[in-house]
Amino acid sequence: MIGWELALDIVSWIVFATGGVAVVVGALGLVRFPDFYTRLHAAGVTDTAGAELMILGMLLQAFSPEYDNSWQIAGKLGLLALLQFLLSPVATHAIAHAGWMVGFKPLAGADLRYEGDGE
Amino acid sequence: MGRLIILVLALAAMWLLLSGYFDKVLLLGFGVASVLLASWLAWRARVLDSDSVPAAMFPRVLGYWFWLTFEIGKANIMVMRQALAVEPKLSPKLFTVPNPPRSTVGKATFANSITLTPGTVSVHVRENEILVHGLTDELADEDALKAMGERVARIEGRPA
Repeated sequence: MIGWELALDIVSWIVFATGGVAVVVGALGLVRFPDFYTRLHAAGVTDTAGAELMILGMLLQAFSPEYDNSWQIAGKLGLLALLQFLLSPVATHAIAHAGWMVGFKPLAGADLRYEGDGE
Repeated sequence: MGRLIILVLALAAMWLLLSGYFDKVLLLGFGVASVLLASWLAWRARVLDSDSVPAAMFPRVLGYWFWLTFEIGKANIMVMRQALAVEPKLSPKLFTVPNPPRSTVGKATFANSITLTPGTVSVHVRENEILVHGLTDELADEDALKAMGERVARIEGRPA
């Protein structure tokens, strides 16, 4: 029979590991994708799955018996998760919109060509 | 008046959560004073409207966020697969989707939902439509995005 603390550790470490994988894969996509707009999508993986899973893992750790104010820690981490949920798309949109306004052209289509490029 | 009360309650809950004091009378008094001062200033500056205190969206927006979490999870897996693929099959494109919500908060919620879902980023928000950049054909599903917009329009509550 495994105890409450061990079960909590196992679950939160799975969540941490998944979040870490999401951060690394997002960073990899950021390097590998071809242009400014496609790279934003890779950053989106780090922003959502990566950050939120890390916060969820910490939130589970807050209920370990070594803390006596678990609910307050969990509440604060929940607030952080909500702020990340509400604010990260604003930052992403600000970058994308700034790129669009200064006239960055996106690559288009499966052959990744700039619009208007003749061949 | 209703919005003012909601703001006071929300600020008080925030203060209690962040400070964690429930039994120190002097500190609680300072907390009450700061909450009332902030609420009074917001009321005096006439910024208490459906943008700053979007009360009409609750509680239905909670169910929407829950649904959105799963959409984000699915899209994350698809984008991660492309990032790890030996030869990523990207076919980026720009397209517009209608922006059906009536309130500014609803419009912003929809645009943010598009950006938050990996694989789609809202690039330019106009009055009644959003210019979206999609990563692949599968992720840039216009019908799914239209359905998402209508979902936001349903949960945004009565127009202010």
